[in-house]
Amino acid sequence: MRSRIGSAAGRVAVLGLVLVGLWALWEGYRKLWESTGWTRPFPVNSTTMPHLHDIVGALFDPLREGEPLLARYLFDAALFTAKEAAVGFAIGATIGFLLGALIARFGVLQRGVMPYVVASQTIPILALAPIVVVGLGSVSVAGWTPKDWMRVSVIAAYLTFFPVTVNTVRGLRSADPAAVELMESYAARDWSIFWKLRVPAAMPYLFSAFKVAATASVVGAVIGELPSSIQDGLGGWIINFNQYYALEPENLWAVNLVAALLGISFFLLVVLVEKLVVHRPPEQLV
Amino acid sequence: MTAETVVAARGISKTFGKGGVTALQDIDMEVGRGEFISLIGPSGCGKSTLLRLIGDLVEPSSGEILVNGKTAHRARLDRDYGIVFQAAVLYDWRTVAKNIALPLELTGWSRAKRAERVAEMLKLVELEGFEKHYPWQLSGGMQQRVSIARALSFSPDLLLMDEPFGALDEMTRERLNAELLRIWAETGSTVIFVTHSISEAVYLSTRVVVMSPRPGRITSVIPIDLPQPRTFETREEPRFFELVTEVREALHASGELVGADE
Repeated sequence: MRSRIGSAAGRVAVLGLVLVGLWALWEGYRKLWESTGWTRPFPVNSTTMPHLHDIVGALFDPLREGEPLLARYLFDAALFTAKEAAVGFAIGATIGFLLGALIARFGVLQRGVMPYVVASQTIPILALAPIVVVGLGSVSVAGWTPKDWMRVSVIAAYLTFFPVTVNTVRGLRSADPAAVELMESYAARDWSIFWKLRVPAAMPYLFSAFKVAATASVVGAVIGELPSSIQDGLGGWIINFNQYYALEPENLWAVNLVAALLGISFFLLVVLVEKLVVHRPPEQLV
Repeated sequence: MTAETVVAARGISKTFGKGGVTALQDIDMEVGRGEFISLIGPSGCGKSTLLRLIGDLVEPSSGEILVNGKTAHRARLDRDYGIVFQAAVLYDWRTVAKNIALPLELTGWSRAKRAERVAEMLKLVELEGFEKHYPWQLSGGMQQRVSIARALSFSPDLLLMDEPFGALDEMTRERLNAELLRIWAETGSTVIFVTHSISEAVYLSTRVVVMSPRPGRITSVIPIDLPQPRTFETREEPRFFELVTEVREALHASGELVGADE
């Protein structure tokens, strides 16, 4: 018990040290470049690198007199983007797993399908986003038209499915051959071997993919918002503050900070679920 | 043999690959109900292959194997086998209790019946109190006991053991030998046991089957007439040493470099 408390305190201490270190690095770099007048790789001033306390301070300033704090707006925007990203993650992870399971089961697909799966990720997402978000705008299924944010989720899903597919294939094939033989000695059906052996064996691989996919889904959601004229998410604020960057650079940095925090939250959520679901020797958990 | 025949192998040969290595040639073997048979021989004599043929994990190139009068394949589908490998092959994501219950789940036992059976098995292998542990929290010897409990959980007709204690230290191995004999006596199962330890084979078995390599053949079958139940003193009896010598000479007579494996 004592060691658990000790290690928790230790972690907080390390986190604090890292944050202080990053702050010192940023501010030290500023100071050095400003005092020497160096201009490479870029000149340092309050526009290119605002003070960290100004960035954090911007979060706790109202945009205009008498309005709520920026943090309040960005919090709502982050929730909106989180919804898009979460739905995208769910869709992408499901499709990724099914595709990976098919490829793992039918070796032919490895050569037939995998190249296209890889190719799909070489298309710049910025080029694809408008096609999907605007293009799907007029699609309706049996009289039901997807809401704007759902189209953004498609972009998030597009970034999510790839790591999940790749790791599902590897994970499902990672089962110990002796463990498979054991199942065969019990005359287990393929279905049982899949659910009771291959899927649990794949879990560490799947969660590695989920960690990558969780942050990618947030990036996908933000990028998906850009061409869709959706104003409710972080993407809308990014476009907005981009236009005023020369005047108030710390606002854009503040949005970046919130977007990063959202990505980190997604990541930590996956880590938490992994801790609850995946039981492995400590040395096998990464 | 007076006892009812459980395994009857006739004219078994096994060749791996096209025109490749002959692992086994002209194997004839009968195992009666309640027997404890050890297969012993140097590496490459095909003893593990023979075990896997009986268990229908590989198919013979020629000959036939009957288990309880059925084909080995039918016997596997009927779940007549409990198998214990050299590695415990426990599932890391399952607790000890759930590992033992795995074959029961596959056979569709109810949750209550499973729990009852798992408790019995834990008692049998003396692992009460460890049901909630994960395999990687146990020592190698304990893991192998879980593996034995799992193999016995559904009361299979035939227990196939492929060097189950090969990776354990001598002390643990001797303790588990004694434990295995107790379990064998309590459950009345039929055991086929692969080993390359002469003393282990003599201590455990009712008959020792000596094999030679390239190609794998049965060179002699030595009945072990040590009294039952066997105890730690058994290993110190003159008759035990006589039988060990007999098995060793049979291995040497089969003409291969046995010494390297002892």
